[in-house]
Amino acid sequence: MKVLVAVKRVIDYNVKVRVKPDNTGVDLANVKMAMNPFCEIAVEEAVRLKEKGVASEIVVVSIGPKAAQEQIRTALALGADRGILIETDEEVQSLEAAKLLKAVVEKEEPKLVILGKQAIDSDNNQTGQMLAALTGMGQGTFASEVVVDGDNVQVTREVDGGLVTVALNLPAVVTTDLRLNEPRYASLPNIMKAKKKPLDTLSPADLGVDIAPRLTTLKVEAPAPRQAGVKVADVAELVDKLKNEAKVI
Amino acid sequence: MSILVIAEHDNSSLKQATLNVVAAAKAIGGDIDVLVAGENCGAVAESAAKAEGVNKVLVADNAVYGHFLAENLAELVAEVGKNYSHILAAAGTTGKDFMPRVAAMLDVAQVSDIIRVESEDTFVRPIYAGNAIATVKSSDSIKVITVRPTAFDPVAAEGGSAAVEALDIVKDAGLSSFVGEQKAESDRPDLASASVVISGGRGMQNGENFKMLERVADLLGAAVGASRAAVDAGFVPNDMQVGQTGKIVAPQLYIAVGISGAIQHLAGMSDSKVIVAINKDEEAPIFQVADYGLVADLFEAVPQFEEELKKVL
Repeated sequence: MKVLVAVKRVIDYNVKVRVKPDNTGVDLANVKMAMNPFCEIAVEEAVRLKEKGVASEIVVVSIGPKAAQEQIRTALALGADRGILIETDEEVQSLEAAKLLKAVVEKEEPKLVILGKQAIDSDNNQTGQMLAALTGMGQGTFASEVVVDGDNVQVTREVDGGLVTVALNLPAVVTTDLRLNEPRYASLPNIMKAKKKPLDTLSPADLGVDIAPRLTTLKVEAPAPRQAGVKVADVAELVDKLKNEAKVI
Repeated sequence: MSILVIAEHDNSSLKQATLNVVAAAKAIGGDIDVLVAGENCGAVAESAAKAEGVNKVLVADNAVYGHFLAENLAELVAEVGKNYSHILAAAGTTGKDFMPRVAAMLDVAQVSDIIRVESEDTFVRPIYAGNAIATVKSSDSIKVITVRPTAFDPVAAEGGSAAVEALDIVKDAGLSSFVGEQKAESDRPDLASASVVISGGRGMQNGENFKMLERVADLLGAAVGASRAAVDAGFVPNDMQVGQTGKIVAPQLYIAVGISGAIQHLAGMSDSKVIVAINKDEEAPIFQVADYGLVADLFEAVPQFEEELKKVL
């Protein structure tokens, strides 16, 4: 079966984010970019499904500027077979991303679509669910285990207070949580091989999707800093302060 | 304006997060209806009707909603919600699951995880793991919003007397089914709503050592949490994770033990009222947000803390 994986180019998770002085957004100039960590887990899961003989082909798709090719090449080096870049320099919000991915799903007809549960830039946690709604598929969000069984997939989901397992008809959408797997590193030979794998570029217009945003960001600010408090000398002083000063115990 | 709040519950009791979401709805202004969707959830509807500021409670009581499958819930909420100006739910794992589906069905954007209401169409939400705070304005006719419960003080649970109205809308999308669940067994309070939380980090060294924290938690009536580092190291399960990728908590007292204070952890707990940090590394960033810092070896300090607490409690 064919598996489609969506990946997003975001600021590297190790980079300290700085708000622009004019409060229009976050400073991305000369900042290291990388594949969204939850998307890495999505790619890894697809590769494992292929290694198990469940997936026959892995198509990786990204939406973003030309440079997002780097993240597609990374996915190809990890084991995906071919890539699609929907190239745009405009901001693409979750609903519009889901519409673009829907157009790709209609063309590619994958049995399973795997996405990260959220991107660490906008922290929306929406695109997978929206794609599932638009394509009329079931959704297994925040997955910690994915088992494909004939015409359905069982997804164990990380929920408040434990785990829930659901069965979904295929085709279906799965979004990954942290503990689904531990992504591998790409080997140098595979990075070289990935350069030769096919990568198509499309535009939102090619797919007939209007990507005009519905939400306008009025301003972006740094969070209010929290004041550091005092150091206490020992446990007795700590307990005394909590009881008599802060009055929280 | 009319606002539909989707209740969070477990079919037997209303979760407190719903009261926080009603508070967010009040900040927007307008009539507030609450939708309770579940199976044998009459008691939940009765609780919701008592909440302060609720105009009407709509109840969709059917087996198809019993396990809160997103595919079925979204169809129901989209149908009921299309007559409202705003649809709100808590940004827990249930709301995060079905709400974007609702938004897509209504062809509107969703505003995720809001922490403040500026006006009926403008909201404040954290982005980049809380390292930046964005103010966003929605141009959609229906605003679909998830609310970070800890950012809003809950409305009173008692005192209201809203009418309860049964809905005869049964939506089975036929796409998914419930297989089973594994509840985290604990007598301690739920992490997201506990008034005291004690969390351990990589400094705990292994899962066995979390028993030290559990003993303190039992004295304080606290929930036990963990940093992502402790979860990634396999010490404890992911549902204990406090941080941007785990639970967001804002208790009266947060005690961080052996936690360095990575940005992603701070994003999940820095709204706590009082923060205590116990760490042997004096330079650990956690001390920059702690009200009370103790530079000490946790393996000595935590047992002492337990003994001292026994004396004063």
